Amino acid sequence: MPAIHIEGLVKRYGGLEAVAGLSLTVEEGEVLALLGPNGAGKTTTVEILEGHRTRDAGRVTVLGMDPAAGGRAYRERIGIVLQSSGIDRQLTVGELLALYAPLYPRPRPIGEVLEIVGLTDKEGSRVKTLSGGQARRLDLALGIVGGPDLLFLDEPTTGFDPSARRRSWDLIDGLRSLGTTILLTTHYMDEAQHLADRVAVMSHGRIVAEGTPDEIVGSARGTAVVRFRLPEGADPASLPAPFSGPAGPGAVLETRVDDPTEALHRLTTWAMERGIRLPGLTVARPSLEDVYLELTDGGGDG
Amino acid sequence: MAERRPPTLRLVAAQVRYQNRVFWRTPIGAVFTLAFPLMFLVLFNLLFHGTIQVAGRDPLTVAQFYAPSLAVFAAASATYTNLTVGTAIARDAGILKRFRGTPLPPWAYLAGRVGSAVWIAVLAVVLMLGVGVAAYGLEVRAAALPAAVVTFGVGAACFAALGVAMAGVAKSGDAAPALANFTILPLAFISDVFLPLDDPPRWLEGVADVFPLKHFARAFQDAFSPFTTGAGFRWSALAVMGVWAAVGAVIALRTFGWEPRAQRAGGRGRRASPSRGR
Repeated sequence: MPAIHIEGLVKRYGGLEAVAGLSLTVEEGEVLALLGPNGAGKTTTVEILEGHRTRDAGRVTVLGMDPAAGGRAYRERIGIVLQSSGIDRQLTVGELLALYAPLYPRPRPIGEVLEIVGLTDKEGSRVKTLSGGQARRLDLALGIVGGPDLLFLDEPTTGFDPSARRRSWDLIDGLRSLGTTILLTTHYMDEAQHLADRVAVMSHGRIVAEGTPDEIVGSARGTAVVRFRLPEGADPASLPAPFSGPAGPGAVLETRVDDPTEALHRLTTWAMERGIRLPGLTVARPSLEDVYLELTDGGGDG
Repeated sequence: MAERRPPTLRLVAAQVRYQNRVFWRTPIGAVFTLAFPLMFLVLFNLLFHGTIQVAGRDPLTVAQFYAPSLAVFAAASATYTNLTVGTAIARDAGILKRFRGTPLPPWAYLAGRVGSAVWIAVLAVVLMLGVGVAAYGLEVRAAALPAAVVTFGVGAACFAALGVAMAGVAKSGDAAPALANFTILPLAFISDVFLPLDDPPRWLEGVADVFPLKHFARAFQDAFSPFTTGAGFRWSALAVMGVWAAVGAVIALRTFGWEPRAQRAGGRGRRASPSRGR
């Protein structure tokens, strides 16, 4: 049985469909990244799964339960790490964990949780003395202290510096190895690529692409990007297809090609016949970000 | 799995302890709730002498009038003001939303808040009466003690219900202190709490009679008045407070919310238009 199964989910605000018939499946033990620009409906979808919001139509089964009706039994098995959850700044890290752990039937030992998130030496510190990154790790600690089967992570590294991000990634990787199913929302492609087994891209309330990062990149129009600088004196009009087109001397040309082998052969033949070099010639696969921007019309209003 | 669930009573007790801890670690709240009314008691005893005469009431000494009335004010602060402000701020900070995502039953969270508020109110009242007895010659009559306890219980329940209701009404945590103080302070001035009124305008008296504070203050004063005979229960006052407790509970059920309502400056806004998710 999949951990999350959604079919035809619809949520309307007034006349607008924030979620417009979304279907998605997340297998047990899988890490799925939900990508999408602001306004795509990510938060609404996740909040429906968390039981914070009701839906207008569609079937939703999470851990065999309906989140809208699961109540306490459902919340005993999930962990939620929101960006917007507050915390009592007067309490210490240890006090907060001791407050939340007993709410669950099978809590993780507090010492173990502190070790997982790397806050062991902060157990006696008040929350108000923590750095931003430490506070986010405390958020994560509170999300996993109940030993959840499914963890919701809302943009876990937004606002982190690169090394703090790296540490958080290692940490989330560690949770995956404990068998926790994770649904992650993020704006960062490298984060999705690093952490997720599968990626689902949302736009205008629907899933527009789904698969492993490789599959999504591979499914996109054009399987490679050829890039080079047009040397002085070369006539851009004489370039072979698909490279021909208007371009001034010295311009950097970037072209998506479906068959890089053939296209490169034509391009290099053209260059060798004219005895010119192509400075900065590279062949690259499009990045997940390229494909993402294409799928979401340039990234929306974010 | 149900059998491994933590016992409900233990959950509520833990929530009460948690709210108590937050209260004591927020010095400003402790000062306003406990020290402020005590300061008034000391000041009024310095400023006023002789007997205090309220229209239509028995003459009381300064301590007999002020120790019970300021104890009532402290109890109302500890319940009504603190619940309105504390709950609305916790809601806007997203603390309520975090609890809503855990197995903690929502009512257990509220029971913890109310339980803690009533406990602080008990401390405030005992402190006030203790100082009244020790320093200003207030006398406690054993016969009227049950009436004092029951009056306190009903009054605290009433103002706690109204506090949770006002937290639901408050549009934001920032607005909550103003909302609480603009209601409780004017009411205190016309309800024989701060000032003994010997000839108030009739209509103002009528306004004070509608609300529960005056009934709370008078019933509690009567429990410590030397003119009171018998058990000293003031049933009509208890009835008025009971009605307000019910009104508060109904409003609370209709207005209470777990989601932050205020836009947070600089943060990622809550959806600005209803169509925007994140």
